[in-house]
Amino acid sequence: MKNIGFIDSSRLITESLVRAGADVFVGYPITPANLLYLYAGKRFPQFIAAPDEITTLQLMSGLAAAGKIPVTATSFPGFALMIESINMAYMMELPMVIVFVQRLGPATGTATVGAQGDVSIVNGVISGGLALPTMSISNTSDCWTLPAKAVEMAVTMRTPVVIFTSKEEVMTQHSVNLGEISGIKKVERTIYNSKEKYIPYRPDKDLVPEFLPLTSNEHQIRLTASTHDQMGIIQNTSDEALENTLRLHKKVLHNMEKFTFYNYDADPGAETILLSFGISSLASATAVKTLRARGEKISLLLAKSLLPVPQKYYEILHKYKHIFVAEENLTGQYRQLLFGSKLPDHIHGINKLGKMIEPSEIISKIQSSTQQ
Amino acid sequence: MTNMEKEFLTKEPLPFCKGCGHTLISQNTEKALQKLNYKLTDVILVTDIGCHGIIDKSFLTHTVHGLHGRSVALAAGVSIGVAGHGKKVIVFMGDGSATIGMQHLIDSAHNNDDMTVVIHNNMLYGMTGGQPSEFTPKGFKTPTLQDGAAGDCYDICEVVTAAGASYVRRITGIGDFSEELAEAFSRKGFSLIEVMEVCPSYAVKANPGFKLKEVQQNAGLHSKIYTDEDKPVFIAKMNAASKSLVDVENFIEQKFNTPAIQQTTIMFAGSAGEGVQVAAELFAKAAITCGLFATKKGSYPVTVGIGYSASQLIIAPSEIIYTGFDYPDIMIITSQDGYDFAKKMIRKMPETSVVFLNSGIEAEPISARIIITDFRTDMAAKNVSLFAMYQFLKQHEIIPVEAFLHTVSNSKIGEKTDLKKMFRIQDNTIQETT
Repeated sequence: MKNIGFIDSSRLITESLVRAGADVFVGYPITPANLLYLYAGKRFPQFIAAPDEITTLQLMSGLAAAGKIPVTATSFPGFALMIESINMAYMMELPMVIVFVQRLGPATGTATVGAQGDVSIVNGVISGGLALPTMSISNTSDCWTLPAKAVEMAVTMRTPVVIFTSKEEVMTQHSVNLGEISGIKKVERTIYNSKEKYIPYRPDKDLVPEFLPLTSNEHQIRLTASTHDQMGIIQNTSDEALENTLRLHKKVLHNMEKFTFYNYDADPGAETILLSFGISSLASATAVKTLRARGEKISLLLAKSLLPVPQKYYEILHKYKHIFVAEENLTGQYRQLLFGSKLPDHIHGINKLGKMIEPSEIISKIQSSTQQ
Repeated sequence: MTNMEKEFLTKEPLPFCKGCGHTLISQNTEKALQKLNYKLTDVILVTDIGCHGIIDKSFLTHTVHGLHGRSVALAAGVSIGVAGHGKKVIVFMGDGSATIGMQHLIDSAHNNDDMTVVIHNNMLYGMTGGQPSEFTPKGFKTPTLQDGAAGDCYDICEVVTAAGASYVRRITGIGDFSEELAEAFSRKGFSLIEVMEVCPSYAVKANPGFKLKEVQQNAGLHSKIYTDEDKPVFIAKMNAASKSLVDVENFIEQKFNTPAIQQTTIMFAGSAGEGVQVAAELFAKAAITCGLFATKKGSYPVTVGIGYSASQLIIAPSEIIYTGFDYPDIMIITSQDGYDFAKKMIRKMPETSVVFLNSGIEAEPISARIIITDFRTDMAAKNVSLFAMYQFLKQHEIIPVEAFLHTVSNSKIGEKTDLKKMFRIQDNTIQETT
């Protein structure tokens, strides 16, 4: 072991975001995202303390329109206030990263207890059902790699990106081999530089309009949160405007393949697979290790690109006779998203509220359900 | 083309009802921008929701059309982002937008964000059918308020002046007021100009004989300059020389031999203000100096200065994946607060586990072995946790005591504390290990 540090993951996430090129943090403090706020104040090139979460997202949008790559960190109560503004940033196609540190709800719930209860709200956050790219941190290594990817996604796709994590992930300190972490490059941005008239919402081949910040002295820029044509002029429901709105969704689906991250640990001959994400990944990995040590065959899929659901996950899951999904919420929000609320007999949820799912609980559920 | 001829508005007719004050504001804005010699791309017009907000398509400047009430906050982000690029940020909002976004107006006035806000105050919500806003004056009627507003309206000029704006003025939006707008646009920092105007669709019919100046007079909404002061403009601080968060100063060297242990879980529970989290962190770091892996997480109420404080530690010879536990192998309790918090967990601990309990705490009968230790007598409260950790290690040397002393000595606490005195060490153990 060399270059071991004893650090919390908020530190890794913040450093990763900055190295990837995120240059301004706008924040309103909220537990359990407060370490991210603290480190951002020390590390980001610019730091702005906002008076609330609506202002946070509005400031971020203004900054993004001016050419910055803004970041914030929040939890459910703050995210709830941000929702309309996230829709605005999505409609305006402004890059930004929102680190969503989940805690126990409903409402203010318990600020210092972790959770995975906000998958459904993020899945449905864009009115109309359009896809918002969302990733989930599964382990310490992800704290380093995924935030940088989130910056790249936000810039490449011109969209807000959500990174899910939870209290247990960002506040727990670990021994980390800092000597092994490196390799984050600053994201390169392409700025419109033609003499031809700038059409703010004319898509390129990847369905993303070329970006030009409001600092431009050459071309007029129009940004709007309302249904609009390619020029950024408000329309009712003209064909061009509706096509533009539909493109926002298609743009995410089209580009997600480049940003689909997961760990698939296939056990040859296994008929059972355990799917998990976020904080429950740790218990899931431990449970799989224990079961294999007992001679049982089981595969593990840890989803990191969470939303929109990568079709690859279905390809993997459909190979198995028994599917288990472990997540720290009451009803299995991700499981329901994948398979609906009425489950076939071979799909099982492992759920818990208010406490981390333990490896023993996963083992017990898998054993009892596969031996029936 | 001279700048006086430069057109900031398209040649298309403006999109407002006949006789609407919004038309006058747009035309006077164009004239004011011409007077100040701006180029089209020098100006960023941020609009809100309401009838005024459909003006975007008519302006040839940069335009940003956001959400209801949020235009000032959005413009603040724009203003900070384009600082140094010679842009003029102008916000158009109605009295409805100003009502819903009042906090943003106060914040930006307070910060002195560089922008000019033009409030189109027609004293009601025009786009949704003439409902009253907080700007509807006492007695003023709207189609949904036939008896007239019961209370006084907000005086936004007084509000933002009190909040710290650089320039605040109310005008009656009749005729040519481009000079007044130009004056507001020319000020640095947060300027606000409230233009009193008429909604021809809803205000006139509901208030027969309506005269704008009379309404203003009756409501005490005088057309005048409220403040005109040169104040420092908000600039977001640059933090160019920031240091990496994962740099070499965070590295912990292995200094001691790795003890032959299995993964061990420890719960350390005491009272807030007694250094529980610091002691637990130093213990974990000490374990790392022995080549072990470690994790630590804290539990405490949101009011961190009172009640219990607890820390869950795991140390292991190999990487720790799952960082939780239902109950620990070892529990260290330094106070009644800690015991009360940990009681449920202690009940689950099997007989192979051990509880180090401060003397004087009355514990219920449990399966785990209990070792009573005095962690507190004559010990300053802030040192109780470190002392307890040291006492625990002396009795249960899961990692070498020297590793813990070394780590504490090299911490900030070690720099300013006489550890020999604090730990009541008679020999020269500390000197030997540092």
